[in-house]
Amino acid sequence: MLIIINGEERTVSHSLLRDILVELDYPLSGVAVELNGTILPMDTYESTQISAADRLEIVCFVGGG
Amino acid sequence: MGEMIGIDDKQSNTTMKETEYVIGGIDCSDDTFQVGNQCFSSRLLVGTGKFGSYQIMKETILASRTDIVTVALRRAGGSEHSENILDYIPKDIHLMPNTSGARTAEEAVRIARMARVLGCGNLIKIEVIRDQRYLLPDNMETIKATDILAKEGFSVFPYMSPDLMDAKRLVDAGAATVMPLAAPIGSNRGLETKGMIQMLIEEIDIPIIVDAGIGKPSEAAEAMEMGADAVLVNTAIASSDNPILMAQAFHHAVLAGRQAFLAKCGAVQHVAQASSPLTGFLRD
Repeated sequence: MLIIINGEERTVSHSLLRDILVELDYPLSGVAVELNGTILPMDTYESTQISAADRLEIVCFVGGG
Repeated sequence: MGEMIGIDDKQSNTTMKETEYVIGGIDCSDDTFQVGNQCFSSRLLVGTGKFGSYQIMKETILASRTDIVTVALRRAGGSEHSENILDYIPKDIHLMPNTSGARTAEEAVRIARMARVLGCGNLIKIEVIRDQRYLLPDNMETIKATDILAKEGFSVFPYMSPDLMDAKRLVDAGAATVMPLAAPIGSNRGLETKGMIQMLIEEIDIPIIVDAGIGKPSEAAEAMEMGADAVLVNTAIASSDNPILMAQAFHHAVLAGRQAFLAKCGAVQHVAQASSPLTGFLRD
């Protein structure tokens, strides 16, 4: 299905958030996820179902001042 | 643990704690930096941007003996970002995410909330910037974001243009500290806003952390001598030829400035005041 990740269209074969993160090579720890504007607690990645056209924002820490 | 020096120790009157601190001869390296009910072991905060590698960053953090490092939040790139910066930051050092990239209070609040999901504690550096040439913070939006995030339990460290009235508004909004800029971010131009920062030190009762623009250890020392509670340094360390050595230099400078502030500098005189006795000269 087609979803939007960080503003870009991506095709994914899974529907569970955890599986999508693994499919796209994101680390399961160290990323924060917003689903359609709602921030998800990290312990819900295993149970969150993603639907076609959902918008995901996936962020992590980087160096900064 | 040494004598705790609280946020009121920048007042000109000598407190009992300070008197005990000096007379007791306690090593000033034990001087604790207190923010609200949290205590930190160092008055040097270090930014993690612009390092050549995470390994150099890690060694620099250790050399600086800092207790708080800032990090930024950005879109993750999947396999392109294989390394996690958190693997290179010692676990006992406090993380302070910043809201860089935010142009409005609303965006800063969103970034802060996402950062908190990552389990890094409650420290947040508010940074709201719309000016792209000098990267000057928008104090008004910063105050709005501070108000919202302080109510949500964050310990808010707002980066601001040094203005006394805005600093008072930040205090009223629940800020834990205020972080006036010394000069534009990354400019290494030094304490250009010295006079304005001095006013904040005198008039604001929460910790003052001089952030941005400090280019040399001597400038960090000067800020601390003035009575700033701490300084935040990134570019001056990261852009040095030897970040690790420069981090050590900043550690010593911040400590030296703090010790000088606690000791209180002697009065400035217009004419010479002899240091040696003016009697018993070897002459008739």
